[in-house]
Amino acid sequence: MTRTLSAPVTVAFDYTRSTGPVLGRFLTGLRDGRLVGGRTSDGRVVVPPPEFDPVTHAAIDDFVEVAPTGTVTSWSWVPEPVKGQPFDRPFAFALVTMDGADAPLLHALDVSSPDQVSTGMRVQVRWAEERVGAITDIACFEPLPSGASDAAATPGAAAEPAAGDEDVRSEPAQPVTGLVTPVELDYLYAASPEESAFYRGLAEGRIVGQRCPSCGKVYVPPRSACPTDGTPTSEEVELSDTGTVTTFCIVNVPFLGQRITPPYVSAYVLLDGADIAFLHLILDIPAEEVRMGMRVKAVWKPEDQWGTTIENISHFAPTGEPDAAYESYQQHL
Amino acid sequence: MAVRDVAIVGFAQRQMEEFDGSPTCVELLVPLFGECYEQTGWTRRDIGFWCSGSSDYLAGRSFSFVQAVDAIGVIPPVNESHVEMDAAWALYEAWLKIQTGEVDTALVYGFGKSSAGVLRRTLALQLDPYTMTPLWPDTVSLAGLQARVGIDAGLWDERAMAEVANRSLTDAEKNENAIRKGGSSVEELLSRPMYADPLRKHDCAPVTDGAAAIVIAAGDRAREVCERPAWITGLSTYVDPISMGTRDLTRSPSAARSAAALDLDGVDVAELHAPFSHQELILRRELGLGDDVAINPSGGALAGNPMFTGGLIRFGEAARRIWDGDAGRAVGHATSGPALQQNLVCTMEGRS
Repeated sequence: MTRTLSAPVTVAFDYTRSTGPVLGRFLTGLRDGRLVGGRTSDGRVVVPPPEFDPVTHAAIDDFVEVAPTGTVTSWSWVPEPVKGQPFDRPFAFALVTMDGADAPLLHALDVSSPDQVSTGMRVQVRWAEERVGAITDIACFEPLPSGASDAAATPGAAAEPAAGDEDVRSEPAQPVTGLVTPVELDYLYAASPEESAFYRGLAEGRIVGQRCPSCGKVYVPPRSACPTDGTPTSEEVELSDTGTVTTFCIVNVPFLGQRITPPYVSAYVLLDGADIAFLHLILDIPAEEVRMGMRVKAVWKPEDQWGTTIENISHFAPTGEPDAAYESYQQHL
Repeated sequence: MAVRDVAIVGFAQRQMEEFDGSPTCVELLVPLFGECYEQTGWTRRDIGFWCSGSSDYLAGRSFSFVQAVDAIGVIPPVNESHVEMDAAWALYEAWLKIQTGEVDTALVYGFGKSSAGVLRRTLALQLDPYTMTPLWPDTVSLAGLQARVGIDAGLWDERAMAEVANRSLTDAEKNENAIRKGGSSVEELLSRPMYADPLRKHDCAPVTDGAAAIVIAAGDRAREVCERPAWITGLSTYVDPISMGTRDLTRSPSAARSAAALDLDGVDVAELHAPFSHQELILRRELGLGDDVAINPSGGALAGNPMFTGGLIRFGEAARRIWDGDAGRAVGHATSGPALQQNLVCTMEGRS
């Protein structure tokens, strides 16, 4: 048996971002198959354009189109790509100074071995098949075929500009003003040894807490240290599956992932023998009849559905006993 | 305002390849705090201010730093703060807190379970979210780009990088906390295969889980508990632009500017937070450290680099040399962000 339980967890969120005028101009350019840089106060053309001048701090408003061809100024081999990178096979990340620019742009370079890349090599943009106004509209850089005419280096020539031939200095007709950036992170999430004992207990139909050796308080789910005095907890305590509702709320608002149709009750249940209440559902009773002090008992799912999870307890239901006296739980509110 | 004398008087750490417990790291922090109490003879009630460094992106759960205060025990409530940076910056905040006169003592801690996710990928979230993060540029690749710029410019070469790695791994043999140790020879290191060309694996800090804690105290409170406190003579932090394209990657202006604000004369020991071998070469130049300065006698970050603690550990290792009398003046350095973007430098000295 491993010391602790663990399970894969994926945390994901689609960030919706407004672009502002400068990055909006850059991303609009990408959508239209153009590379737009900004001129800084020292006269350099920087791609992507910084929003503010690094020296004068003035807003950047002088936009310059640069060529879709350029020169590698540095590169690094990526032997083991991670999820989300432009390729799922080995490739190079490269800093490429576009023709007409003075500072390099970071992107992937599609080569199959480090032997095929060198500082100073000539490359060109490979545009994505569908362009939406994102840095990924550039699929990658690729080596410029030897002997390729630098006619391809004419601004705007490598892609088919969707927006015609307009000057990048003027406001685009349909500017990109926002983008969605999905972020997804995968973890192997481990429980602490104390939490692991709690979940293993649940798999056997038991509720296991721990007692603080200093203050005697019983925590369920158990914690690695007593939050009152910082002492590690060690003594296991098996708790009853009956308890008292200390406080509750009636959930009326639907939300993503909700499993029960509102209205229903989420409550803090103080298990008999515990010193801290934990959150669970109160069902089998109309929501408006739930009250502080109400005595409840765990309703377990059928044993063949048990795992190392709190979901083994489907919910709590009234026992029918008289309500607990306020004094018996007032210290736990 | 007169600057109060503040010293490092306690230090404890844990480093490991893979911690098999909860990313809240309470389990690691409790014994570390215990060591700090033992070193100072204090209890938690003697600590005026608590400040931690950690990140929920590493933990994969929200408010992990709130859970971590369980390790303190917070009834009655404690004066506490948190930075989403290496805990070296938490030490900076704690030092400022003591300067306000509100408190005289502070315990600073950091923790992180890097192995819970894919560290070099998770760190892409510290980049520009419009033009960089969607490509998921991993930390190793960005460091590789920086290393190659310096190689191409003739500022360093693979041999100089291997010399850093060999010295670090040799020194790490004396460090019981190091998770990668054992030097061989520059030739042997150079004969190993490239990993992320131009980087070999030993050029990159190992993915490390861990936690660390440092106690700082003002004036007499420091003298009461430490025979030879490591007095902080200066702290300075600066930041460079995040874009990889608009700064000279062979330099670290923010490190140079941090150092310029301090007096580094007569420094015997420098603990530099360089997660990649070539970054030590950049830092030595920016801090103006001569050949007579012992660099990273602990083995440095190449021997173990727990996220959110790797910088704080440098401060602790530097202070330890002063406590032991090995150094009269020492410097600790911490970095954060891609390719040495943010830097914090701390000078300290022993007084007889």
